[in-house]
Amino acid sequence: MTAAERISSKGAADIPLLEIDDVSIQFGDFKAISHVSTTVGKNEIRFFIGPNGAGKTTILDAICGKNQVSGGRIVYKGEYEVSRMKEYVISNLGIGRKFQAPSVFNGITIGENMELAAARKHTLYSTTFHRLSKEKQEYIDYCLEFVGLIDKRFKYPTRLSHGEKQWLEIGMLMAARPELMLLDEPVAGMGRKETEKTARLLEKIKKECSIIVVEHDMQFAREVSDSVTVFHEGRVLDEGTMDSVSKNQTVIDVYLGRGGES
Amino acid sequence: MAGKRFRPDMTVVLAVCIFLFLAVCPFFLSMFRVSLIGKYMCYAIVALGLDMIWGYTGILSLGHGVYFGLGAYCMAMYLKLEASGESLPDFMIWSGQNSLPAFWKPFANPVFAMAMVVVVPVLLAVIIGYLTFLNRIRGVYFSILSQALAMILSVLLIGSQEYTGGSNGLTNFTTMFGQSLSSPAMKIRLYYAAFIALVVIFIICRFLVTRRIGKIFIAIRDGENRVRFTGYNTAVYKVFVYGLSAAIAGIAGALYVSQVGIITPADVNITPSVEMIIWVAIGGKGTLAGPMLGAILVNALKTAASEQFPELWSYFLGIVFILVILFMPGGFVSLRSIPGKLRRKFAKTAKEEYA
Repeated sequence: MTAAERISSKGAADIPLLEIDDVSIQFGDFKAISHVSTTVGKNEIRFFIGPNGAGKTTILDAICGKNQVSGGRIVYKGEYEVSRMKEYVISNLGIGRKFQAPSVFNGITIGENMELAAARKHTLYSTTFHRLSKEKQEYIDYCLEFVGLIDKRFKYPTRLSHGEKQWLEIGMLMAARPELMLLDEPVAGMGRKETEKTARLLEKIKKECSIIVVEHDMQFAREVSDSVTVFHEGRVLDEGTMDSVSKNQTVIDVYLGRGGES
Repeated sequence: MAGKRFRPDMTVVLAVCIFLFLAVCPFFLSMFRVSLIGKYMCYAIVALGLDMIWGYTGILSLGHGVYFGLGAYCMAMYLKLEASGESLPDFMIWSGQNSLPAFWKPFANPVFAMAMVVVVPVLLAVIIGYLTFLNRIRGVYFSILSQALAMILSVLLIGSQEYTGGSNGLTNFTTMFGQSLSSPAMKIRLYYAAFIALVVIFIICRFLVTRRIGKIFIAIRDGENRVRFTGYNTAVYKVFVYGLSAAIAGIAGALYVSQVGIITPADVNITPSVEMIIWVAIGGKGTLAGPMLGAILVNALKTAASEQFPELWSYFLGIVFILVILFMPGGFVSLRSIPGKLRRKFAKTAKEEYA
């Protein structure tokens, strides 16, 4: 069935925002991901969990165009095959990516960081001659207020703490108004208080877009997730709500149990 | 620190001071000094372009002598044809050419030649930039590649003597637009042409770096991947800034050859290309005013040292470079932070005394 047929038969609402269809990813001889399929719906917070090396980040990289897919396809909004597109094209389709290490631009101010992310026109001409619309400026202010950095907008990101940098990056993602946000360990290295704040941020962001989070912090996953996908050795082990997967014996054996035992 | 953004930008103040100095130079310096400073201004123009690509965008090009040289040769071809009049250029006669090569002919037209001063460097830069940046060749690999380019061009120029004058380069010019190049009036005119070019190019660069495009350059320097994932096709921006710096270098080359009266493959090779980088580093990259100052000061020092100690001057340049890298990683421009540092230091000691 083509995407168009699906729309006519089922209605647009039924098309998942992101469909990962039998995806395999190979690095040389090493199969990092084999035959993974899952779908992410609108306004859903999905967590990818699993032991180190399970392939969680690898699949995030594939969605945003950093990794090549060796088999299967990733379809966004039922019509864009992002597994065949360049990173900047994917980003312009509304998929925002945050990497594990905070990567903000230290040479420009926090406000300018936000402006780069918020601008929708990315041509040489518009970046040279156009200023951002008032509406965009206000939205940037809203996002900065949202992540609590509005007072620091004229400062440089080098002055920020680790947690603040992560929030700035989340704020930059927000400013781009994505429909799908990919977050890689957003709370790694954060204290409990900062983690809680991040959880509240995600709850709010969720109203405007879907989020996929790769995370090791189980308490955080329990608090925030709508659903989780458990990865193990490049395959999907189980999928469902946090409660249901934590009752799955295999999941407990390969992943959840370990924390308790050691 | 709250009022920081309302303070005038120190680098602009510095640039204005440099411009004021350059504007009045011809009124109190000898003709000899004035033409030297005219030459330094050409170097300052190159430094502006290099600052855009290296200081702001973080792409280290070790081969900008190529673009400087191409601009200079395009202009020199016109000057040479004008000097030769109806006959063939002298070096062509010496190498047994009996007619003017086809690609030389249009250069008899000064407008065409001046257009080529910009077009040829930009064309080469866009082709090279497109191939390298689209294939994500960057960092040290790009630097090596750009350096090889400088090597190739100079070998090419030396090798094709019947077209380019070989290692002697192009020289013995007499007139430009029908005016004698050796007349003081013409020299002053060329000096101010270089001056105006410097000011205009500074304003253009300054305009770009204060706009969003300038922030994108800095962002590419800080984390190119992140810029891509923010939705920008970084290759386009890199090709643009590479082409821009090539155009600037080309203009500088044309102004240089008109004033100095000679261009040889030695001015195109790796050594001058690396020297250009040194001016930018010593002046303070990423500030525009810094690299201009660096280019002028380093070359003034070079001239002074070579007059006093003809055998040792290159050591002076080396020592200055090492000292600056060791003690002023931000270049001369970082001296502006010294008053602030001293003030804070005194404030601290004063506080300790009272405590």
